[in-house]
Amino acid sequence: MTTSHQADTRILPKARLDDLIQFLLQDGFEVIGPQIEQQAIVYGPVQSAKELPVGWTDRQAPGSYRLEKRQDNAYFGYAVGPHSWKKYLFPPTLRLWQARRIDGRFEVCDAMPDPPRRALLGVRACELHALAVQDKVFLDRAGQFTDPHYAKARERLFLIAVECETPSGTCFCASMGTGPTVERAKPHGMQGEENPVGADLSSASVRQSLPLIPEPSPPGPVFFDLVLTELDEEFVVRPGSVAGQSMLDRLELTTASPEQGEEAQRRVEAAAQKMGRTLDVTDIRNLLHRNQEHPRWDEVAGRCLACTNCTLVCPTCFCSCVEDATDLNLQTAERVRRWDSCFTPEFARVHGGNFRPSIRGRYRQWLTHKFASWFDQFDVSGCVGCGRCITWCPVGIDVTEEITAIRATDGQREEKKP
Amino acid sequence: MTANLQVHEQCSSPMLPAVVHIRDRRSEAPGVFTLAVEPPSAGWTFRPGQFNMLYVFGVGEAAISLSGDPADRGTIIHTIRNVGSVTGALDRLRVGDALGVRGPFGSSWPLDEARGHDVVMVAGGIGLPPLRPVIYHLLRHRSDFGRIVLLYGARTPADVLYGDELDQWRQRADFQIQVTVDHGSPSWRGPVGLVTELFPRCGFEPSRTVGLMCGPEVMMRFTIREFLKRRVTEDRLFLSLERNMQCAVGFCGHCQFGPNFVCMDGPVFRYDRIRSFFNVREA
Amino acid sequence: MTDLALLGAFASHAFLEALSEQHRMRLASGVNPFRAAPGEYLAREGEPAQAFYLIQSGHVGIGTHLGKGGTAPIQTLGPGDVVGWSWLLPPYQWQFDARAIDSVQGLVFDAAWLRDQCEQDHELGYHLLKQLLTVVSGRLAACRIQQLDIYK
Repeated sequence: MTTSHQADTRILPKARLDDLIQFLLQDGFEVIGPQIEQQAIVYGPVQSAKELPVGWTDRQAPGSYRLEKRQDNAYFGYAVGPHSWKKYLFPPTLRLWQARRIDGRFEVCDAMPDPPRRALLGVRACELHALAVQDKVFLDRAGQFTDPHYAKARERLFLIAVECETPSGTCFCASMGTGPTVERAKPHGMQGEENPVGADLSSASVRQSLPLIPEPSPPGPVFFDLVLTELDEEFVVRPGSVAGQSMLDRLELTTASPEQGEEAQRRVEAAAQKMGRTLDVTDIRNLLHRNQEHPRWDEVAGRCLACTNCTLVCPTCFCSCVEDATDLNLQTAERVRRWDSCFTPEFARVHGGNFRPSIRGRYRQWLTHKFASWFDQFDVSGCVGCGRCITWCPVGIDVTEEITAIRATDGQREEKKP
Repeated sequence: MTANLQVHEQCSSPMLPAVVHIRDRRSEAPGVFTLAVEPPSAGWTFRPGQFNMLYVFGVGEAAISLSGDPADRGTIIHTIRNVGSVTGALDRLRVGDALGVRGPFGSSWPLDEARGHDVVMVAGGIGLPPLRPVIYHLLRHRSDFGRIVLLYGARTPADVLYGDELDQWRQRADFQIQVTVDHGSPSWRGPVGLVTELFPRCGFEPSRTVGLMCGPEVMMRFTIREFLKRRVTEDRLFLSLERNMQCAVGFCGHCQFGPNFVCMDGPVFRYDRIRSFFNVREA
Repeated sequence: MTDLALLGAFASHAFLEALSEQHRMRLASGVNPFRAAPGEYLAREGEPAQAFYLIQSGHVGIGTHLGKGGTAPIQTLGPGDVVGWSWLLPPYQWQFDARAIDSVQGLVFDAAWLRDQCEQDHELGYHLLKQLLTVVSGRLAACRIQQLDIYK
């Protein structure tokens, strides 16, 4: 940690975490934080620090998630659960507009609910990156389109990050360069990459027709107002914005000692060594683009249930569908947007057919979109290494294992050679 | 509230349709009809190849290509095939009825790049309407282009769209038009066969030709082979792709094709830029 | 077009372009111009296939008679196309009708003479057959796509 950081670094005694929550509530924020529901740590409104999952941790593996008691009273002693913060910016269900019939014609009015000011407490580094990824999707898209609900909800956020000290068995943010530290994130998905994406394609057919894209920019930048690192008796706190700084001033916190700062850094660095998974992301965009016919897609399609879990727990997946409805007397109509998934058979259906009828095609679409096409589209990886898709896959499909298998037999094709 | 995040000024939702009225309606062929609607705003324009999202009250939206004259600012023309719930509801609308419009969206045919070139358009079925704005443009600026060719394949003689206009254009010495059908009828005097078989019957100079294609993907794949056989280069071939377009602004994800969002990066693509995905099944 | 002009255009017919100069010369010695008026038959289903046509202008419809349905058009051929391969294979009988749609002009070979040339010079026969197979393969592919009813 640099000295400039140290100057702003304060100490928040654990007993005073609730003061932070109360200040935010007084300021009119809905405070959203981790809490236990149905034996999982999920995100929801909290009124006090007492509601946080004190002393609990999560044990995660492919297809498995269990809560366990910790030996200590850590507030944030877990990794991530099935929820992601995206539900507050990109809600699972959102009414886009309403229409009303008037004298043979109709009028359409904006009927999006006004999002409240929300303070998100306990945002992990990977989740800050996921937010930054969704910003690229929904804000000023291609210089043309902005999702107004997302924009409004986003600008009303107060983000309190908490650095992760307890990565789970399915975490691989260290490989993706998105955590566990906040601020000191390494370039996203570009670790060890010697060639800019698009410049080194080993398959001739791909080389001829894949557009060259500039080297993807490093991840982020990530935005946050405060970042906390949990020690035994206190949190080390750093501000990430003017709003965060003034909150620290209001809390009248003491400056952290160099030892406390170092301890915080030591704990997060140690966490980086405890990742349950690793992924070699070298040239990953080209690797997947050139292996569209790899036999591994058939193999994984034999296990994948196309249940859509991975896309629902993913903090960056953004696909949606719309439903149109009318009231019974056909006088008012509305259009509702819902989360959708590229794993549903309807996803690519058009009149007369389906562009992606097989699970093989749909799984490949999801994985190559996340780890390859996303670079073409948004100049960043679509995966932040949070591991949710691995944990919540009912058959335990592990994206890191799938990509590693393809890399191990790069260029293999399914058809027989003469 | 959060520092640093630059969010644009309150913008109106790109998902909100404008309400317009139908000015005219005509039947083109069995199940195919054309709606002329009023523009949603003064100065509304589009580029050939783009599409609108048309909304029928309470039923839903469908992506429909613009098929009128881009120079006609007064009316928006859509030729639509009744194949589903929304297009079926559009089919039931009559003159004076209201419908919702969002657009125009998407990329367009390369009319600037085509200047000074021979332009060969190959259309199949309902793929002709997205090319009709190109025809209007080419004929309006006829001297800017070399030879102009339209090869059009339809299912049966009754399915041939814009028959009167085709006859009118055929009168011109500077526009080669060939229409073929898959299934002829005893009274059909024109060609029977696949649209690719029309290639030997039209004159164009491959080294200075731009090829524009719109139709079923299998038709376009075979058409591309015909162009390549004649040494028209891949960077001079353009095709319009169909995908499941729901939001038209890149948010919903349904129309993804390789790394492309067909609604934003397409529907018109230059072939060399999508080739590695065009030839991958289920890309 | 005069007969001389028809013959002059012989070498530039798409079907012959891929043949060697030597083989083209050999074929040129047996080629004759032909003309067909609209409605005239170039081939009639079931009849002896005695000719091989290269079309230079006009259109020819391939069809078959449906009995009560009249003649069903199957495919239309035009300039640069060839009519017929029934002449090459026993029993040398046309399988379909070929009928001029408009005024058709082109070149014609006598089938027996052409078969004879191919028997005498297998190299010529091989190249001619390869050219013919290219035509057959193209028509088969087109037929397969037509059969899919892709515009439905």
